[in-house]
Amino acid sequence: MIPAAFDYVRATSLDDALARLAADDGAKVIAGGQSILPLMKLRLARPETLVDIGRLTELQGVRRLPDGRVAVGALTTYAAMIADPILGHYGLLRDALPNIGDTQVRNRGTIGGAIAHADPASDMPAILLALDAEVVARSATAERTIPITSFFEGAFDSALRPGEIITEIRLPGGRDDVGSAYSAIEQPASGYSIAGVAAVIGARSGDRWGLCAVGVTGVGEHPYRATAVEQAIRGGASVADAATHATDGITVASDIHADREYRTHVAAVQVRRALEAAAARLG
Amino acid sequence: MTTDMLGKSVKRVEDRRLITGGGRYVDDIKLQSMAYCAILRSPYAHANIRSIDTSAAKAMPGVLDVMVGTDIPYNPLPLAWPAGGSAGLQNNVNTPRALATDSVKWTGEGVAAVIAETPEQAFDALEAIVVDYEPLPTVVDAEKATQPGAPQLHENAPNNIVFDWTVGDKAGTDAAVDAAEVVVRQRIVNQRLIPNPMETRGDIGLYNPGTDEYTIWMSSQTPHIQRILLAIFVMGIPEHKLRCISPDVGGAFGTKIFCYADYVVVLHASKRLGGRAVKWIESRRENYQSTIHGRDHITYLEIAGSKQGEISAVRVKTYANLGGRLSTIGPGIPTTLYARVLSGCYKIPNVFAEVIGVYTNTVFVDAYRGAGRPEATYVIERAMDLFANEIGMDPAELRRRNFIAPDKFPYENPSGLGTASGGAKIYIDSGNYEPAMDKALAMAGYAGMDKAKAEARRRGKYLGVGLSTYIEVCGVAPSKWIGAVGEGWGAAMWESANIKVHLTGKVVVTMGTQPQGQGHETTYAQVIGHELGIPMEDIVVQHSDTQGTPMGYGSYGSRTSSVGSTAAIRAAAKIREKARRYAAHMLEASVEDIEVDGAEYRVKGSPDKKKTFQEIAFALDLAFDAPEGMEPYLDETAYYDTPNCTWPFGTHVAIVEVDEATGHVDLVKYVAVDDVGNKINPMIVDGQLHGGIAQGVGQALWEGAVYGDDGQLLSGSMLDYAMPRAAWFPHLELDETVTPSPVNPIGVKGVGEAGAIASTAAVANAVNDALKPFGIRHLDMPLTSQAVWKAMQSSKGAQA
Amino acid sequence: MAAHLSVTVNGTVREADVEPRRLLVQLIREDFDLTGTHVGCDTSQCGACTVHVDGKAVKSCTMLAVQADGSDVTTIEGMASAEGLHPLQTAFWEHHGLQCGFCTPGMIMTAAALLASNPDPTDDEIRHAIAGNFCRCTGYQNIVIAIRAAAAAMRAGSTAGAAS
Ligand SMILES: Cc1cc2nc3c(=O)[nH]c(=O)nc-3n(C[C@H](O)[C@H](O)[C@H](O)COP(=O)(O)OP(=O)(O)OC[C@H]3O[C@@H](n4cnc5c(N)ncnc54)[C@H](O)[C@@H]3O)c2cc1C
Ligand code: FES
Ligand code: FES
Repeated sequence: MIPAAFDYVRATSLDDALARLAADDGAKVIAGGQSILPLMKLRLARPETLVDIGRLTELQGVRRLPDGRVAVGALTTYAAMIADPILGHYGLLRDALPNIGDTQVRNRGTIGGAIAHADPASDMPAILLALDAEVVARSATAERTIPITSFFEGAFDSALRPGEIITEIRLPGGRDDVGSAYSAIEQPASGYSIAGVAAVIGARSGDRWGLCAVGVTGVGEHPYRATAVEQAIRGGASVADAATHATDGITVASDIHADREYRTHVAAVQVRRALEAAAARLG
Repeated sequence: MTTDMLGKSVKRVEDRRLITGGGRYVDDIKLQSMAYCAILRSPYAHANIRSIDTSAAKAMPGVLDVMVGTDIPYNPLPLAWPAGGSAGLQNNVNTPRALATDSVKWTGEGVAAVIAETPEQAFDALEAIVVDYEPLPTVVDAEKATQPGAPQLHENAPNNIVFDWTVGDKAGTDAAVDAAEVVVRQRIVNQRLIPNPMETRGDIGLYNPGTDEYTIWMSSQTPHIQRILLAIFVMGIPEHKLRCISPDVGGAFGTKIFCYADYVVVLHASKRLGGRAVKWIESRRENYQSTIHGRDHITYLEIAGSKQGEISAVRVKTYANLGGRLSTIGPGIPTTLYARVLSGCYKIPNVFAEVIGVYTNTVFVDAYRGAGRPEATYVIERAMDLFANEIGMDPAELRRRNFIAPDKFPYENPSGLGTASGGAKIYIDSGNYEPAMDKALAMAGYAGMDKAKAEARRRGKYLGVGLSTYIEVCGVAPSKWIGAVGEGWGAAMWESANIKVHLTGKVVVTMGTQPQGQGHETTYAQVIGHELGIPMEDIVVQHSDTQGTPMGYGSYGSRTSSVGSTAAIRAAAKIREKARRYAAHMLEASVEDIEVDGAEYRVKGSPDKKKTFQEIAFALDLAFDAPEGMEPYLDETAYYDTPNCTWPFGTHVAIVEVDEATGHVDLVKYVAVDDVGNKINPMIVDGQLHGGIAQGVGQALWEGAVYGDDGQLLSGSMLDYAMPRAAWFPHLELDETVTPSPVNPIGVKGVGEAGAIASTAAVANAVNDALKPFGIRHLDMPLTSQAVWKAMQSSKGAQA
Repeated sequence: MAAHLSVTVNGTVREADVEPRRLLVQLIREDFDLTGTHVGCDTSQCGACTVHVDGKAVKSCTMLAVQADGSDVTTIEGMASAEGLHPLQTAFWEHHGLQCGFCTPGMIMTAAALLASNPDPTDDEIRHAIAGNFCRCTGYQNIVIAIRAAAAAMRAGSTAGAAS
């Protein structure tokens, strides 16, 4: 199918892109196009103007920040992340990235697009939640940092404001005393997650885990931190027991592939599997 | 000497163009000043159309025309195969029109068409058409649709019933069920599938005002049949004024057999535009709403027999969902092609089937790969497993005890092959079922399954093994029999071939059949090369155009290799005979004294006196010296009506592992031993099996069309309809037994559908076997993670 | 508002004026008449439209033509060279990796991208790499076999090349 007509501008710089967004209420950015173009082809999205930021090299790539954290440019593709040696240290990324979409989608889809789109079943959000990432967003007038935990507000709805562009995502530096993993069950037709869980767990001191963070996607209205699971783990519960709290307080989604009961169940299974795999990586 | 390629795995002739981007599918064709058509489809599953306002659309840029149903003066699409038989002729037939006029019966029925200079403009204008609908209540489930109080689709079809058809001996079957020691009953759903050839449909209509002739390019399996149906039954134009061309077809699996509304739309649109070509290409989402679906049966099964495992009767009642209006041969599928082969490869003395064809607010249902036979195989193969479980017998052993013995062929089954009114019968031509099963069981390691199951349990998995000892009926079909069972089926089913031998001995073969990926250009060349003793490279095989190919009925029902090849062999025999007569003339010998060896025509006893095929062709083309009464040139046509169908069989074994925590099913091993008779090209045969198996596994585990109660297709795109992916399959292990078919000269049987017919039941049986420890007897498909997990949960609940 | 663009397609610079909404696949098929690249779906899933843009496999139905401006695009028509077919084309032919051929161009383009980064893939890696390419005809078996065979041929070819 064919998108409705629109105007197109290719941004020459981030500032150019921001200025164009500021000047035009009907403008939207396009990065890799892997989410927005399918919607436009079905005419479910009809932007008046597309501002193409795809070639802004300033937003591509992975670098280590002076404080040891890692910044991933918003336009870094999945394929680039898979190939990146710094990101190779994150177990949960090694698990997740090669299974997001397919070869072709990973060549174009970007991390910025994935979170800006705020698809409730997208994988990257769960991972960034578990990593306590920060999102850096800029408008024509200001730059701000949004903690990932307050970024997702609903299905396809985020804290991003009109006119803002995500410039980078900041991750904590890799640590040897932390294990992480990603485990998901896929909706077979779309390949998106029915339940995808990212877990980060710190080495035990005594009978307590050092830290525990669990991000869940595909299950609720938007990706979320399974705080009840984390509390249970911190309180000394076994992984199996803690996993039963995977959907506490969450309105669990239901569709033809997974109804509420099944999704609730597999969310818990994936939490358990992700936590076990993360713990196993601690050695 | 020319190498004889018959029976060899020759590389395909058609591939060079397809691997280099040189294929030519409908959407690849661009005609001068071609306009584009887009079709507006109903968002409601059931509604009256109060009015359609096209004025705004007509004023849009680039728009050439906007048509609604009343602008198209033709008949509704034809129904070529009413159920017939016991159901008699129906007076409740409702088929689609080119565009709906008064009401819509399913989500996606076409209501208006825009023709514009560009596809963009056509799509833009669709949005400007305003349709005032009066929504009506909907029903999507065939069984529910027949219940009192269900929404009614058509005034002429009370309780939405298209037909209530029976076959077999009711009294005898009832008595056998009543008398049996063991009767197993099960409700079985064979879910609706969306066929999904990778190329959607599409057509280009072209009217020539100068000659009053129509041409249509279509992605069709049956260009000749479409000419008959469109010209005679729909448009009322002379048959010779319509030319149907089917270029490269990107897969079809049955969906492209039928007469579709869009054919009429593009032809009429071209006429209204004074002869501009009009192209319509189906989008994938549209394909889910405007091209036929498959299967969709609800069956009440009873299987009866003794504790020793002698099956005495099978009785079924099946509700067959046919959709909102009938597709071309929709009613023929769940009747003749299903119920008449229900007893499979077993000597079951009593079989009775009642099939109720039903209208619902869904896309029409018609033949999808296997068409009726996968449904039958699924019922009987599940039935065998259910019965084996009930009496505590190994399912392989139960099958062994009930196979039709190899000395019983030709065999007339009691489920209706021979009970067609009119008396024309077909028989199961040949078979030897046990060796195929034994081979498959050995390959699968069937004897060691208990150990494998225990080992899987240690990994948190439940392992299951399932068999399917299928037969299928191929090579449709003797025209007499089709006429008798169809009662109103408007077409015969013979096939045709024409062979022309040019001056230099190069051969052009034109066929009435129509490939969709099966490699006909290769296999026919192998057959004819063998018959005439010439290299394959000297032969080109053409098809697909009603102008220039002999009348033929197209390709479906795994008929091409047996019926089409026989026509080709007969045409080659005529060529050979004439060449022999001319050789006698050239060599001054009597015809009886000419012996033919490959391409050499020799005088018996004087091996030096000989002419080659090429020499004869050359001389006969020039005809300087043709004897009195002999026509110049080698050009012969044969038409062939088969005396019987062919009956491939085999055993497929699937091994699955079920993850207890999520219900996820993993297909870990798949073994298939098929007997498709002799093979023209074993490589192509294997390819057909691979693809068929994958489609059948898709049905067992992942695929299913899901409708909401309001008639919305919830699995309305590839985002929600699970197309099988490469990573979901193990390497398929294939082997064979060979029992040549006595029906045709090369002993082939057909293989286009066998894989799809066999594999669904094998995998479903395997999953049900894996779930036995949970006390689960039967679980309906698709056996998705959710379905399997829920079944395990409820049985755990019940056991607790 | 038409946009002017210039793309190198299979080594030749081609120009076009297109609406911004023109998809790359339409540019290739309709404007450049290279119809080997197919459209099999409308939800970016089937991979029939796969081409290489600047050496990477992408779904050309999920990219705007204007996004490819200035890029190097390779389609199935650009795979064979003067010396003959690409080893993947040869292998698909020899191992019956295609039936109707509709998925084939996209499948070959994805496979070519795989072999460029992984010259000796396992069957599992091959199956994973073609997750975004649907084939309804072959059950994938002969496609996997063909890709494996092409990989072997290309490895043999490159060692031969290195030796000479
Ligand atoms: C076939 C297919 C399969 C897929 N499978 C998966 C899967 O398994 N798991 C999964 O998680 N995802 C999956 N995806 C989605 C994919 O991950 C996303 O489409 C992709 O990452 C989005 O990035 P993009 O650059 O293509 O975004 P675009 O499509 O370009 O943009 C998406 C949205 O984000 C906005 N946007 C983009 N970049 C920025 C920015 N820097 N700042 C502000 N706004 C921005 C755009 O305006 C738009 O609204 C799949 C997609 C396809 C087509
Ligand atoms: S046409 Fe591009 S993915 Fe299907
Ligand atoms: S060969 Fe037909 S879809 Fe792959």
